[in-house]
Amino acid sequence: MNITREDVIREVKKIVVDAACNLDPEMVRFLQLAKSKETAPLAKTILSEIIQNQEIARNQGIPMCQDTGVSVFFVELGNQVRLDFDLVEAINEATRLGYKEGFLRKSIVAHPIDRVNTKDNTPAVIHIKLVMGDTLHITFAPKGAGSENLSRMKMMTPAEGIEDVIAFVKETILLAGGKACPPLIVGIGIGGNFELAPLIAKEAIFRPLTDEATHPINRELEVRLMKEINELPVGAMGLGGVTTCLAVKVNSYPCHIASFPVAVNLQCHAARHKEITLGGNKHEEI
Amino acid sequence: MKKYNLPLSTSDIQSLHAGDYVLLSGKIHTARDAAHKLLVKSLESNEVLPFDLSETTIYYVGATPPKPGQVIGACGPTSSYRMDPFVEPLMNSGLKVMIGKGERSDEAKAAILRHNGLYLIVTGGIGALVSQRVHSSKIVLYPELGTEAIHELEVVDFPAIVAYDIFGNDLYTQQ
Ligand code: SF4
Repeated sequence: MNITREDVIREVKKIVVDAACNLDPEMVRFLQLAKSKETAPLAKTILSEIIQNQEIARNQGIPMCQDTGVSVFFVELGNQVRLDFDLVEAINEATRLGYKEGFLRKSIVAHPIDRVNTKDNTPAVIHIKLVMGDTLHITFAPKGAGSENLSRMKMMTPAEGIEDVIAFVKETILLAGGKACPPLIVGIGIGGNFELAPLIAKEAIFRPLTDEATHPINRELEVRLMKEINELPVGAMGLGGVTTCLAVKVNSYPCHIASFPVAVNLQCHAARHKEITLGGNKHEEI
Repeated sequence: MKKYNLPLSTSDIQSLHAGDYVLLSGKIHTARDAAHKLLVKSLESNEVLPFDLSETTIYYVGATPPKPGQVIGACGPTSSYRMDPFVEPLMNSGLKVMIGKGERSDEAKAAILRHNGLYLIVTGGIGALVSQRVHSSKIVLYPELGTEAIHELEVVDFPAIVAYDIFGNDLYTQQ
């Protein structure tokens, strides 16, 4: 299967622009459900504003949030796909064009110390996984700084257990308060090592909202945390009520006998992401 | 829901309580991280600003670029805590009202109370909705900062919630 640089640039550019203005319908349904269950008047007003905002964004083609984020890509490259170009360069080019033509905010500085803006939102953060098959699957997620800045990672010790993970997650949500723009989607990565735990936590955020972890321990964490997080005194925008999070997703990976890494990646209600599959027999947008 | 014209008068400020949902109309000035740094420098070197801090309201925002025909792009609030170190110097120069999102440091909160000021918040992530309430926008200071330049906005029915009032109430700890 041959995929050209032009195919990648054209299709990736589309999802870059689309993600900023069109919130996933499933996310909208979760927001509406949360609003109907919310009892605190101020929280209900806030949820109405959030729902109204994404409608305006969709209808008028305005980004739903001005922080159009770091451009994060998860790429799954099939072993039968032939690329005779630099995929990372093509994705960056698509990012550059998408942020320009879509009138998105350019929020990347070239170095964290002297902070000079690169003016085109590149470089993107790109994770490439090799898989079997004849398709190239790309997920794009513009990740705002508000919730990213309040995400946390901890090297716990093997003596600790499920209660300690729950305590660390809840502490993270309390520390974030209204600053991470709740209602949140909470992505948790346990196990792996120092770099893998945050990565699987981020992948967890982009699991389908109705998806349930298959491992029984992960599932137990998801169910318990969903309940306990919504009992915390945070609520929509940190102003109370029962809507601190809309979903909790836990991913795990085996780890060293002496290690217990835990990462909590927070995703605000502007949970933007779009996917595309190239190759196979068709170009399909999800 | 109460409607107010900007700038808020002393009696307006006295009438507002944490938790009040207000619709604001009038002029505001935008500033975020980089503009705050420059503002404090300008004040320290006694430069004359093109606007009077005691006559305006600062909104922490960096909008997306407007499409042709639009006044402004998405323009929801950014997190206020990053501007906390600048609260005292700006309030010393007359600023009374700030708009952003999220909890602030104890120092910033104390400074706002000491200066009889007000901290308002806007729901984070509703940049498209807020953009509809902005009727004009122009850069008035630090154009080199691009989206972070200080813009003067004319807003109509800008939706905000009082977070810290002059009576020491804090909406974040109240519930
Ligand atoms: S945390 Fe999310 S919703 Fe809030 S300002 Fe940042 S990107 Fe927007």
